[in-house]
Amino acid sequence: MLTFTCPYCGVVAEESELTGGGEAHLKRFGPGSSDAEFEAYLFTRKNPKGVHFERWRHAYGCGKWFLAARDTNTLEVFGTYPAQTTEPPADLIAAIKNKRPGWEGWK
Amino acid sequence: MSEAMSALKGETHVGFATVAEAGLTGMVTIRADLSDPALAAALAPLGLTVPALRQVTAAGGRSLGWMSPDELLLVCGYDEAPALAATLATALADSHALVVNVSDMRARFTVSGAKAREVMMKLCPLDFATLPEMEMRRTRAAQVAVALWRSGADEVSLVCFRSVATYVMGLLEVSSRRGGEIF
Amino acid sequence: MSTRLAKGGRLLDRSKPLNFTFNGTPLRGFQGDTLASALLGSGRTLLGRSFKYHRPRGLVASGVEEPNVLVNLGRNARLEPDQRATTTELFEGAEASSQNHWPSLDFDIGEINDKIGKLFPAGFYYKTFMAPKWAWKHLFEPVIRQAAGLGAAPKEADPDRYEQTYAFCDVLVAGGGVAGLAAALAEAKAGKRVMVMEQTAFWGGRAPVDGGIIDGLAPDEWVRNAIETLEKMENVQLFTRTMVSGLYNHGYVIGYQRVADHTPGDGRPRHRLWRIRAGLVITATGALERPLAFAGNDVPGVMLASAVRDYVVNWAVSPGDRVVIVTNNDDAYRTALAVLDAGLSVPVVIDARDSVTGALPMAVKARGVRVLEGRGIAKVLGRKAVTGVEICAQAGEGGVIETVACDCVAMSGGWSPVVHLFSHVGGKLIWDEAGAMFRPDATRPPIKADGTALARAVGAANGALTLDALCAEAGLAAQVEPEAPLAPVWVMPAGAKEALKFKAFLDYQNDVKVSDVQLAAREGYTSVEHTKRYTTLGMASDQGKLSNINGLAILSDALGQAIPQTGTTTFRPPYTPISFGAVAAEAKGEIFQPLRRTPMHGWHEAKGAHWEPVGLWRRPYCYPRAGESHRDAVNREITNTRTNVGLLDASTLGKIVVKGPDAGRFLDMLYTGMMSTLPVGKCRYGIMCNENGFLMDDGVVVRLSEDSWLCHTTSGGAEHIHAWMEDWLQCEWWDWKVYTANLTEQYAQVAVVGPKARMVLEKLGGMDVSKEALPFMSLAEGTLGGFPARVFRISFSGELSYEIAVPANMGLAFWEALNAAGAEFGAMPYGTEALHVMRAEKGFIMIGDETDGTVIPQDLNLGWAISKKKDDYLGKRAQARVEMARPDRWRLVGLETIDGTVLPDGVYAVAEGHNANGQRNTQGRVTSTYWSPTLKKGIAMGLVVNGPERMGEVLDFPGDGGVVHKVKIVDPCFYDKEGEKANV
Repeated sequence: MLTFTCPYCGVVAEESELTGGGEAHLKRFGPGSSDAEFEAYLFTRKNPKGVHFERWRHAYGCGKWFLAARDTNTLEVFGTYPAQTTEPPADLIAAIKNKRPGWEGWK
Repeated sequence: MSEAMSALKGETHVGFATVAEAGLTGMVTIRADLSDPALAAALAPLGLTVPALRQVTAAGGRSLGWMSPDELLLVCGYDEAPALAATLATALADSHALVVNVSDMRARFTVSGAKAREVMMKLCPLDFATLPEMEMRRTRAAQVAVALWRSGADEVSLVCFRSVATYVMGLLEVSSRRGGEIF
Repeated sequence: MSTRLAKGGRLLDRSKPLNFTFNGTPLRGFQGDTLASALLGSGRTLLGRSFKYHRPRGLVASGVEEPNVLVNLGRNARLEPDQRATTTELFEGAEASSQNHWPSLDFDIGEINDKIGKLFPAGFYYKTFMAPKWAWKHLFEPVIRQAAGLGAAPKEADPDRYEQTYAFCDVLVAGGGVAGLAAALAEAKAGKRVMVMEQTAFWGGRAPVDGGIIDGLAPDEWVRNAIETLEKMENVQLFTRTMVSGLYNHGYVIGYQRVADHTPGDGRPRHRLWRIRAGLVITATGALERPLAFAGNDVPGVMLASAVRDYVVNWAVSPGDRVVIVTNNDDAYRTALAVLDAGLSVPVVIDARDSVTGALPMAVKARGVRVLEGRGIAKVLGRKAVTGVEICAQAGEGGVIETVACDCVAMSGGWSPVVHLFSHVGGKLIWDEAGAMFRPDATRPPIKADGTALARAVGAANGALTLDALCAEAGLAAQVEPEAPLAPVWVMPAGAKEALKFKAFLDYQNDVKVSDVQLAAREGYTSVEHTKRYTTLGMASDQGKLSNINGLAILSDALGQAIPQTGTTTFRPPYTPISFGAVAAEAKGEIFQPLRRTPMHGWHEAKGAHWEPVGLWRRPYCYPRAGESHRDAVNREITNTRTNVGLLDASTLGKIVVKGPDAGRFLDMLYTGMMSTLPVGKCRYGIMCNENGFLMDDGVVVRLSEDSWLCHTTSGGAEHIHAWMEDWLQCEWWDWKVYTANLTEQYAQVAVVGPKARMVLEKLGGMDVSKEALPFMSLAEGTLGGFPARVFRISFSGELSYEIAVPANMGLAFWEALNAAGAEFGAMPYGTEALHVMRAEKGFIMIGDETDGTVIPQDLNLGWAISKKKDDYLGKRAQARVEMARPDRWRLVGLETIDGTVLPDGVYAVAEGHNANGQRNTQGRVTSTYWSPTLKKGIAMGLVVNGPERMGEVLDFPGDGGVVHKVKIVDPCFYDKEGEKANV
């Protein structure tokens, strides 16, 4: 059972106190977008074996959504950060590159 | 206001710790920017200060707990809650804030006794040994959400939604039965 | 024959005799006995029958690895099957019985399987029961089920209590032997919060039996000192009878405490499951001795060498007068010494190694014992008990050199570190050639959330199998006889022929033999995981603790590859079986799951409501009166509501307040309709879609003030919709100024419905509820009958209707006041089924009936609830996809059978032709169907291809038993189409 540190309330919460929300940093496409854009937004997910950015909600805690960088293979968590951002923090990206030199980046 | 009844009307069980539904309790949810000076100003007449991360402040028999980065829970007398909510809402009228009396939507419990902690250890995935007094924690008790804080050296207070009060009392009762002491 | 020795027994308290029974026979043991030692001490060696061949079996081991002696323990509600005798502490009055035989343990008909065992090779089931196909269900499976299984399942509810508890520590030490205690001392002295869990009732592990000197002290004394020191430390918690059953991700560990197994019925919980978060897990889980594979190695009396000395030293039990030792290593000679010290005899030590020169063998030789080098056992003599062994050259094919009479064989094939915990979440193992064992690879441990090591193995669990190696690792001084290397011997003799291998058991519990594994290899099973499943090696409740390494060594040999190339099967928790009770813990009976109660729940219950689960809520389905069927009650409630007045507990409806400068804009995105333009004090029906365009929830939205709205959701939808709102506010539009609060449980809500609804409210008094003051689809706040109330003029039934919200703590009083005030007008409560029928009569859709996650609002003719003026709302883009705009989508219509009967639920309308699978094409389906007491006929709603354009058309809906229902497409609104009744 995984644990994450909620960046809002500082609590190390276990998975049973959280709900997962899938891939992070999706860009919403609404009316006017092309079929390809909309399809990518709705259905296409990276699903990597390795570094993954994902959404978690501290559902049984402060109720806030946060984002996490996690290795889907080793389950190592590189860091968590608030959801109000369109891209991961630079220091987190640097830390991941340091640990996973072969990583191709988050985009 | 007459005829109000708490979810379990003060039901109490005595095992190796005492578990009790605390009866009618006033509660007011405040959602606001916690750094907004208007919030501090609105609370000042109550003698209450805005609690820091996860803290509970108290004054004049009322307490104010940190629920999330933009939410506080004022615990007060049941009868005074509607007026307090109205007063705070008025004081915060010019700010972006939501103040609402929620005194009826929860049940409050106390678990007391030297081994009160051992009752809670059976239900919540948190480290009671390192939980300071008057720190608000929102977590899970078995299958439902609760908020709790150590309201005294040998007492834990917790609140849950009203609809699951019977369930939570069931959890507390079975977890505090004699013979179930952990240490 | 086994017997109790007159002296000794380090764990026994002879002053406390205990009475117990085995298969009904009264026997005696002592405090400190296990059921196994007490049985053996009572002269019992035949203790069970094997699973497949029903061969006579006795004890092989003295601990958790015991494969054979699983017993039924207790009786009636406290009956528990498959309890290992070796880990069951004896208590006064214990009742045990053996399993898997008929009619008796001594004479078992099933033993015929052993005689015809050649017919049951590996994969027997797969090969035999493939054809004819019908026979599996009707012949093979029933027969197999009858024959299979070990113990009997209890038939009564378990009277015992179980619980779980959460715990947190820096270091969890699994195992209370010398290595574990040394590690605990070191970590505790460094100031860490330490928990130590030992699966048995005693500290010290093997060292007190195996001997040596630790830091100048005898092991027993060293252990006593260590425990005294640890007990005094505030940062240390010690647990005996607590097994660390599994390691999981991010430092999650499960401990299984058998609190009261040895004191049944004393009021304590029987088992407690510890759910621990540990910063580091030190696995000090020791090692397990391996059997040797020779013919007849399962005859009662053939035991692990370590078990023999455990029984002698710990429990003063002689497993036999004449104990033959067979080994490939020096350690087994300790058993010879222990047996000799107890005054028993060792006729011979059979050592597979060509040259035996170690200190321990020399000490045994010095006691006058014959030690044979380069020898093995060709065959054990005896069937229900060992009578002797035939000795052969280990290098040969089994030609008998001599026969030695004996009643016990102590075997040792070397030791395997217990690597389970280290491996559970990805810790890697390496093959240690010298020790012929897999041991943890410290450079590839399981990891925690931060990527650092979760586990560290110490002592025998780390491959430090001797006391000096263990102490060197722990920084202790040790004195112990040095041991010469073992010889990796897996089968005895090396060239054993089929007849011998056919009786050489690897997995005792599942009756898997050397010949089975070799057969699997010949048949092409090259993967160890496949071989395991084909032969069932390691698949019994002991999970191959004794058989694992031997089996994969033999598989490797058959495949002609090195052992590490074959690899191990995956180690999975739990280490040994844990009780279902501990897993379920408090979640049974009344608190099996949270049951959500409205403030009026108790009233409904007292009135005999028949319940309908709605999410975790219980809502009254109807209130049947004496002699009334549920359907009668529903019909009565509907008719009364339509003619007089009905009361519905609607407290479960979701109520979410949304407030802020951007709240209107936010709701315009959330709902398909326009909410920002709703006047204050007015209500509007709204529907919500997900980004796929599909309908997800609906309800009435009320504007409370300039910047706040109240959103009603479906019952059971409140949490989900609140989370959905917060998701968009937190993760997409975080710069919008909007706050939400889920106030569902703040209010008790009652629908007062029917032509006389207004009279009831007027009787209560306090508010003007006239048509003028409170028109349809509007809100008023005030005091009603003394209760602070919000009154909504909304209707889900087509009748004049008020929904009134009062503070939940006053909900019951308000409900009672309404019932009292309504009595003179014929008010009756009604339940959810009446609600459903009445909404269907009006053609109102129900989320979950008319929607199923693939339905868009346009399918339900809800275009009127979709704003054409908005650039965007959630789901709008998806509704523009080609599939959603297709002209032949299934759309909502009313359905009526030609003969007026009720259409069955879930039936489909057929169309011409067949699809690619040869099934009839379909053109529609029923989504809701009811008897309407108002219209005195069956009414239904459904989705039909182009439905609204096909009014009056008659479709065929095939039902059960060849019946075809003729159904006419009609308008979905069956009642008061003009809406005159609600708007009065």
